[in-house]
Amino acid sequence: MQRLFLPLLILVAAMFAYAPLAIANAPFESTMLLVQKIFYFHVPSWFVMFSGAFLCAGASVVYLAKGSKNADHYAVTGAELAVVFGLMGLITGPLWARKAWGVWWEWDVKLTLALVVWLTFVAYLLLRRYGGPGSEKLAAGVGIFGAANIPFVYYSVNWWRTIHPKTTVVPTLGPGMRGTFWFCVLAFMLLMVLIIAARVRLERQRARVDELFLELED
Amino acid sequence: MRRVRSVWRVLLVWLLLAAGPVWHAAVDAQQPPPRPKPAEDEFVPIDQLPSGEQLPAAPLLIAAYAVAWLAVAGYLFSIWRRLDRVDRDIAEAGRRLPRT
Repeated sequence: MQRLFLPLLILVAAMFAYAPLAIANAPFESTMLLVQKIFYFHVPSWFVMFSGAFLCAGASVVYLAKGSKNADHYAVTGAELAVVFGLMGLITGPLWARKAWGVWWEWDVKLTLALVVWLTFVAYLLLRRYGGPGSEKLAAGVGIFGAANIPFVYYSVNWWRTIHPKTTVVPTLGPGMRGTFWFCVLAFMLLMVLIIAARVRLERQRARVDELFLELED
Repeated sequence: MRRVRSVWRVLLVWLLLAAGPVWHAAVDAQQPPPRPKPAEDEFVPIDQLPSGEQLPAAPLLIAAYAVAWLAVAGYLFSIWRRLDRVDRDIAEAGRRLPRT
């Protein structure tokens, strides 16, 4: 991964630099017009949020089952991704809603569940930061329950009556929009891979520092 | 005679009291009926709203992309700073460890 890191970083930077041009050239949606273009960053940010949440939950299960420190590093990384990209989604969504719905926020099932999941991962990070020794296991439980809510967030628009657009929006995108959308998703996913690599390295280095200082004390 | 005068007085008061509502009704009938508010009447297409009522999309779009870029840049910067700090800690611990 270390050898791939720099080329991947350059590729992701180029993709993010090109993304605004691709979005500007994408056709306008007939009813929402310009403000619909927020969608090209809003939805991928939630894709990364969900991926981070599932990474956190999967790694937490491995950590609880085997006590693997490496799995714990991935769990923290996933939770941090979920919080950062979830925040991005929670800010870009209301900016779209202000124009599309006329309000910044609605206590709709989808929005409320998304906020609850995001707060769960904020709680995970707070627990890791201030929970003291042994908080890793408790946080792992929080991470698993946080990710268990994701299907409810995703399918809530199909199961309950909400004002949020349904999950059928992405599969029914027009040809000009589809390419731009998946280009943005790919850019976000590659960025996520880069962040995971860097963030897991940070956790490993921190563990190394702890080991070195323990050696010094001995 | 006094009785006739009192009947006339009552009739006059009654006429004055009755004249008020009749005069109001006559004035109201001359005024055009109030225009129903657009929401009660029909929906107004968004492009026909007065400019003061329309919400521009561009600032919202720019704000959304600015938030996304700043969040990514800020997060990457924070990882880079934390990695830099931990690398310095490792170097310092390595210096302090006795060489075997």
